[in-house]
Amino acid sequence: MNDVVPPFPIAPGQPFDPAIIAQVMNGRGHGGFIGLRYVNHGDDWIEIALPWRADLVGVPETGVPNSGILASGPIITLLDNATSMSVWVKSGAFRPQATLDLRLDYVRAATPGKTVIARAECYRLTRSAAFVRGLAHDGDPADPVAHAAGVFMKVEPF
Amino acid sequence: MGRDNASDAVARIVATLPPYALSLGIGVDRIDGAAPVLTLDFSEKVHGRPGFLHGGAIGGLLEMAAIAALRVALAERGAVPRLKPVNMTVEFLRGGTEQRTYAIGRVTRAGRRIANVSAEAWQDDSARPIASAWMNVLLANG
Repeated sequence: MNDVVPPFPIAPGQPFDPAIIAQVMNGRGHGGFIGLRYVNHGDDWIEIALPWRADLVGVPETGVPNSGILASGPIITLLDNATSMSVWVKSGAFRPQATLDLRLDYVRAATPGKTVIARAECYRLTRSAAFVRGLAHDGDPADPVAHAAGVFMKVEPF
Repeated sequence: MGRDNASDAVARIVATLPPYALSLGIGVDRIDGAAPVLTLDFSEKVHGRPGFLHGGAIGGLLEMAAIAALRVALAERGAVPRLKPVNMTVEFLRGGTEQRTYAIGRVTRAGRRIANVSAEAWQDDSARPIASAWMNVLLANG
């Protein structure tokens, strides 16, 4: 992580610019610490990557380089960030929101050494709430590592 | 529990924390009843939106607290299965601010194959939790 933390680059109500997503994550805060990277996005979805790293391991395997299964904590952050950003993608603007709840199903252990990619979608946006879902995989979306479902509440109307 | 026994118990729990917990800055504050109280100091590493703790870091802390409580409960009955989280739901109750966060887990039920565990996180006032979680954990023997 950089010693100098860049300022939070978006103000509430500002139109959503995907180029800014990378800045939000790159080198700042918790997403920067675990190394999240912007991959791609569409009208109501976004993809974020979490490269494997030894210090993010939850189940270590001693003496074997590039081994150990990623902890589920970084997977929570990955899907929290990706689902959160899918709301901004769908609504077209950055607005503050609070995670009401987030459920994760750990379908299988992530493969040691592999980057985990989250694809998250905002499937319903109301005046007060945003409903999201996402999956995380490590190369094949048909063989997911985790599924997520969550709800974000507005801080101001969407 | 004497002071030495208590510090031994804390040290035993610290030894079970994975690299992820240590790199994030999660530590063990004390044993409260049956379960350890875990801590997470505020730093840029856990910073979310400006001025607030990241929800993912809170989720990670809650999961570590739940797992630590479960390990203690299982050890008391002489069991050391591998723990495989099946699912987890986190409810965010208040924004976490730039200060130390605490979390404790509670084992609702630990059967032979599945354990149901919950956890709660708070900051300066344990009566005002910032988040709670429940999780199901598969106990894998052998």
